[in-house]
Amino acid sequence: MIKIASLGMSHETAPVELRECLAKDPDNVSAALASMRDLECIHEGLFLSTCNRVEALYTSEDLDEAKKSILSLMSRLSGIPEHRFLPNIFTFEGKEAVSHIFRVASSLDSMVMGEPQILGQIKDAYRQATKAKVSGVVVNRMMHRAFHVAKRVRTETGISDAAVSVSYAAAELAKKIFRDLDGKSILLIGAGEMAELAATHLMGHGVSSIRVANRTFQVALEKAESFNGTPVSFEEIGPQLLEVDIVVTSTASTEPVIKYEQVKSSLRKRRNRPLFFIDIAVPRDVEPRVNELENVYVYDIDDLKGIVEDNLAHRKDEAVKAGRIVQEEVLKFERWLKSLEVVPTIVSLREKAEDIRQTEIKKSRNALGSLTPSQVKAIETLTVSLSEKIINDPILVLKKIALRATRDTYVDMARRLFKLDQNNIDEK
Amino acid sequence: MSLLLFKLALFFVLLAAGGFIVYLVRQQKLVYRWSYRILLAGFICHTLFFAQQYYTLGVAPVLNMKSALSFFSWSIIGAYLILQLKFRLMVLGSFVAPFAAFLMLISSTIPGVEMVVKPMYRSMWLTVHIGTIFIGNGMFAVTFMTAIMYLVQEHQIKRKKLGSIHNRLPSLQTLDLINYYSLMYGFPLLTIGMITGSIYAQYALGSYWRWDPKETWSLITWLFYATLIHERVAVGWRGRRASIMSIICFLMLLFLFFGVSLWLSDYHSFRSLGGQAGI
Repeated sequence: MIKIASLGMSHETAPVELRECLAKDPDNVSAALASMRDLECIHEGLFLSTCNRVEALYTSEDLDEAKKSILSLMSRLSGIPEHRFLPNIFTFEGKEAVSHIFRVASSLDSMVMGEPQILGQIKDAYRQATKAKVSGVVVNRMMHRAFHVAKRVRTETGISDAAVSVSYAAAELAKKIFRDLDGKSILLIGAGEMAELAATHLMGHGVSSIRVANRTFQVALEKAESFNGTPVSFEEIGPQLLEVDIVVTSTASTEPVIKYEQVKSSLRKRRNRPLFFIDIAVPRDVEPRVNELENVYVYDIDDLKGIVEDNLAHRKDEAVKAGRIVQEEVLKFERWLKSLEVVPTIVSLREKAEDIRQTEIKKSRNALGSLTPSQVKAIETLTVSLSEKIINDPILVLKKIALRATRDTYVDMARRLFKLDQNNIDEK
Repeated sequence: MSLLLFKLALFFVLLAAGGFIVYLVRQQKLVYRWSYRILLAGFICHTLFFAQQYYTLGVAPVLNMKSALSFFSWSIIGAYLILQLKFRLMVLGSFVAPFAAFLMLISSTIPGVEMVVKPMYRSMWLTVHIGTIFIGNGMFAVTFMTAIMYLVQEHQIKRKKLGSIHNRLPSLQTLDLINYYSLMYGFPLLTIGMITGSIYAQYALGSYWRWDPKETWSLITWLFYATLIHERVAVGWRGRRASIMSIICFLMLLFLFFGVSLWLSDYHSFRSLGGQAGI
């Protein structure tokens, strides 16, 4: 009987040095698929290779044999002897393999749980497998179910709702303060990776203009150029506060750069338009008291980290819900898979009927004498419909009970009644 | 026929309110879309109901507390639908629809009495007076609700505790903007309503202004709203301060609607207008 299994390494089981050996060459996937197609013991397969995981999904009648072949295939592709990566390999069989691929597709197994890229990567892998004609009935169905599960998890749980990086959380917050980030402008004070990332995120959400201030004007000039913005000298920060909407600060200054009085005095001239400070510097660049002003919002690095932690905790809670959805869908898939088990019986039943028909025609052919082609055709039609009608009802019954618990009894009975297995009689 | 229309409207509005609450909790767009359609259906039935009443009575059919509540509910939904065309803010319905449904439900529990239409009610001025005042009040109800939403959202952002309520509410600026627009639409309507009211008083009672409690209160309320608009436009008030002020204004309006009408007023109450214990 056909069984499903998966095997590979992920960010949880293997260090990046090992994974990259397999993932470095983009042609590896097609090479792996080609070998899987040629392997006798593997019926269907799929090969997934991303920066966080490299794994093969396959169906086979002999899982041990298939596992060996896949391992040697991986060793060949990566150029690493098997014994070196064997401890880092995970394997799943049967129900667990199905559950695994569902979890991966729903991003429950990702490094950052809920990240959206993995689904696209799996879709690509599946497309390649179909193109290479390595996937078949079971893998097709399984992958379509996997996409369905991923969609359900995304819409029915909040797993990918909230931001889980500081810069992204800052951008999300800005969207809860301003109606529309289009046409808003940022002032970036100082330089720093996280601050620049936050600015990039904000610009990705529609912020159109950016001004960059730095103690060294030369640096401001360079940074402004890389952002396509305007350089501003440090002394101009005061007047700039009248115009910009979001201020991202990240200076090495030990004294606050933005003072309470300074912001307070600018508010009336701004006609109270909201002002959002994102303070990523340690020690802080914006006096904490500024947050008390009306229509002014100050978030420092700890506030943002707090949000990120809350969001991560929220994702973990949602993952439990998602796990339930996966389980539910695995059960459904299992049922479908089981229903496939009546298929061989139906096929042998048809074969047997056809066999009998052919034999009997051959036997009677001589006795019938010479026949016109239309008479031959009439006999064909007669015998075909005769045999089909006789086995039609048993087949319908088999299809109907395919999903029931009594399936095995019926299959066994059918095989005995129609004597589909030659040695059945010897047993008796 | 008219009773059937009212019952149908009540049923739809209640159903939509339930749907909007489900949407607020579960955040499913499909639920929102259906709630919106059902609310629209309820509004249409309600409109037909009033049209039919107007046709049979020949005056604006708002002569007692029962019909006033029902008309107020209609106005709030109407104001919401108008603003929705511009802002498409899905969560607003979750606040507006339950409030409107609540008013309508109260209205439906008040026993109906035959509305006595004295000849003096048959005046275009009265109809315009009632129509503009109520639609203006509907707008102010939306102002009030966005003000509350604003304060809740602002509190969360300032306190830096961002929970599920934070996720469900829109941005501060959006709320402030709807607050501003509903105020700007509502104020001229209130003003027109008061002017036409005094013109009608001149025709019907012989004087423009009689300083009865309702008139005095409405003048005070009007002054409050005028102050709010002035501060917003000329001084640049927004956000928190404008929200608090619009809440105060609306509370005064509610007192004007319920309190003054029930306890203080003389000729302006529904009692004297021929209804039962009226507004």
